[in-house]
Amino acid sequence: MLTNKRLILAHFWLAFAAFGAALVLGAWQMFVRSPLNAWHFNPEFYYRSVTAHGTVMGYVFPTLIAMGFGYAISEAALERPLIGRRWAWTGFFLVAVGAVLAMIPVSLGLASVLYTFYPPMVGNPFYYIGVVLVVVGSWIWVALMPINMAAWKRSNPDKPVPLAMFANVAGAYLWGWTAVGAALELIFQILPVALGLKSTIDAGLARVFFSWTLHAIVYFWLIPTYIAYYTIFPRAIGGRLYSDAMGRIAFILFVVVAMPIGVHHLFADPQVGAGFKFMHSVFTGLVALPTLLTVFTICASAEIASRLRGGRGAFGWIKALPWQNPIMLATALSLVMLGFGGAGGLINMSYQLDASIHNTQWITGHFHLIFGGAIVIMYFAIAYDLWPHLTGRALESLGMMRTQLWLWFIGMIVTTFPWHYVGILGMPRRMAFYDYLNPAVAPQAFSVVMSAIGGFILLSSGILFLTVLLRGQFAVRSEAGAYRFAIPVHMPARIPVALNSFGLWLALMVGLTLVNYGFPIAQLLALPQGNVPVVYVGAGR
Amino acid sequence: MSEQKLFSFRNSWFSASVGITAAIAVLSALVGLIWLPLAQPDLKLAGIWDAICSAAGVPRAPVSAPAQQPDFKASNVVMSADMLARKDAVSIGRGATLAQRCAICHGPQGVSDANSPNLAGQFAEVTYKELHDFKMGARVNVVMSPFAANMSDQDMKDVAAYYAYLPRVPSNKVDERIPAPPIVVTGAPMRNIPPCGSCHGDIDYKAGSPWLGGQSAVYIKAQLHAFASGARRNDISQQMRNIARQMTAEEIDQAARYYEAQP
Repeated sequence: MLTNKRLILAHFWLAFAAFGAALVLGAWQMFVRSPLNAWHFNPEFYYRSVTAHGTVMGYVFPTLIAMGFGYAISEAALERPLIGRRWAWTGFFLVAVGAVLAMIPVSLGLASVLYTFYPPMVGNPFYYIGVVLVVVGSWIWVALMPINMAAWKRSNPDKPVPLAMFANVAGAYLWGWTAVGAALELIFQILPVALGLKSTIDAGLARVFFSWTLHAIVYFWLIPTYIAYYTIFPRAIGGRLYSDAMGRIAFILFVVVAMPIGVHHLFADPQVGAGFKFMHSVFTGLVALPTLLTVFTICASAEIASRLRGGRGAFGWIKALPWQNPIMLATALSLVMLGFGGAGGLINMSYQLDASIHNTQWITGHFHLIFGGAIVIMYFAIAYDLWPHLTGRALESLGMMRTQLWLWFIGMIVTTFPWHYVGILGMPRRMAFYDYLNPAVAPQAFSVVMSAIGGFILLSSGILFLTVLLRGQFAVRSEAGAYRFAIPVHMPARIPVALNSFGLWLALMVGLTLVNYGFPIAQLLALPQGNVPVVYVGAGR
Repeated sequence: MSEQKLFSFRNSWFSASVGITAAIAVLSALVGLIWLPLAQPDLKLAGIWDAICSAAGVPRAPVSAPAQQPDFKASNVVMSADMLARKDAVSIGRGATLAQRCAICHGPQGVSDANSPNLAGQFAEVTYKELHDFKMGARVNVVMSPFAANMSDQDMKDVAAYYAYLPRVPSNKVDERIPAPPIVVTGAPMRNIPPCGSCHGDIDYKAGSPWLGGQSAVYIKAQLHAFASGARRNDISQQMRNIARQMTAEEIDQAARYYEAQP
């Protein structure tokens, strides 16, 4: 029962419009720094573009998807209208205004600091204020989701919270807590400097705060994808979810261990002790656990669906899966990319192996494969699945959808595999210019060209995706019925209170944060000589 | 849902999850903060507490031996944000009076053909820094050093403000046909040379870097050679010495001629 369709559609459309624009920038970036482009442009434009691409793809796009999808889940899973409709619209407008506000100084070249901010570089204050508004807007969603769940629990004291909503609230809590790190950095460190109240900054402390956000943000991006795995995929292929409890445990594990692990982004930073780097590395390893649980559960659910359709044999059931179904295709391609990306991630998280790929193009390849590949392809699937219910019009171009998904998968593999490879060869990331004529760099040229071609395949897939949605907006009206989520094989009648509430898991999340981040932050705060002069980007012209 | 209390060790979910999480945290802390540092002989740790402090990243007390001082005077000008602030009219007026003694080489309007730097429109902090370095002996020049020796800090600020206030005048050597050489536009990444334009204008401007457009080629070339040979060493953190040492004579020539021809 979706009552606030306009609210949800507004989130999705703004998200995908921003995504489309940032995708064009991404393809352009792949091209200009490849050997296909003779060197004749201002490198400042490259950093400007990277800042815009990263800010939109990292902060605006997934946040809006999580919010819009979250509202849809709240209404459809709890089967009641959203509480706080006006607040939700306020949140939406804050995100929209914040995104525009941030992009103006970036377009003017006044904030080419990349989306990771990189103090002591400091840009125009409106960029940071815009990002803060995006986060504040999303915090309204963070507050609304538990409020809606609590209200439902009060009127349904004897029923377990539906898995989709439980996972949705897990995502909200995770984001609420993980955004605190970057918020502290922005409000107490960067903004005072950007506004001219101070002229020095503790860059090391800022990086520690940012790592608090930077890794768990990936799991915040991932939650809608995992919700789609658990609650859309089994239903869409005509099967059932293998285990409801396994889903809850996976999301709970994300809440507990996704956050206190960010220091593995700082393996090469001197301001954090090696002991804490090790502890964060251990917990990073633990995050593989919910993903492995999920892969198992989803494959088991697919097998159930296939055997119901007459699939036989140890592997023969794979053939009997409904491959014509875009959701089936998207999930399978997503899991393949998740597998490769996850394997790369295990290299990033180990102290010794990381040394060989730290700050190289490997990292960029890695997070594009995981986020742009495994996660975003499921955002497409979510949109395809939800669109008829939001617009009241059927999406009829199934062939176009399959082509789009395949193109995205192929494009992502062609882009990111060579990208990983040049990283191993030692190509640094975040540079606008590479001298491919130099004998030491020349062997990387071919791989970079391949990556750039992959970028254009991705761009064509993105255009196709927006075309499918636009056509859906103008198709003939047809009633899609109530929006449903997958039913587990064994519908739980009663479940332990631990699997139906978050108190314990939030306590563990905050406790682990204190254990893993408390000392490094306290120590840097107490260090008297930690500040360095800031470098104003785009100043004095 | 269930009547069972959540935050109680009787609840097996509570005891198991808290127990496992605490066990992993304690174990990883023991390994990371004690065992691994002690297993590294190079660290030369005095004991367990020393190992914990080392692995936790507590800074060690600095070595008490005095820092080695350079055998020449280094620049002690600190580039700060307020140097970029606009100066007031009184300061500019004082600067105009003081600048009369500079006119013989730098021109009455801050522009001259004497192969000395054109100062009209130069960033205030650049002029200030050079004057300060001349005064302190970080930069030495037979003509400039005596001029700067008797200037007060306010005098230097005023002169700098005055020259920053003057409009940039296009030199009579402007030639738009000279293409930007690669060293200016892209630098030479493999030799660790950033593009000249990324600090000195054209691409970006960094605090403390002079505007080079329209400066005498003879002067630019002489300064680059001075940086390369170490005869001039008032650049902060050896920025320019590191660059100039890596440049070929041809590149120095190209950069100098290019900037002279710019407005």
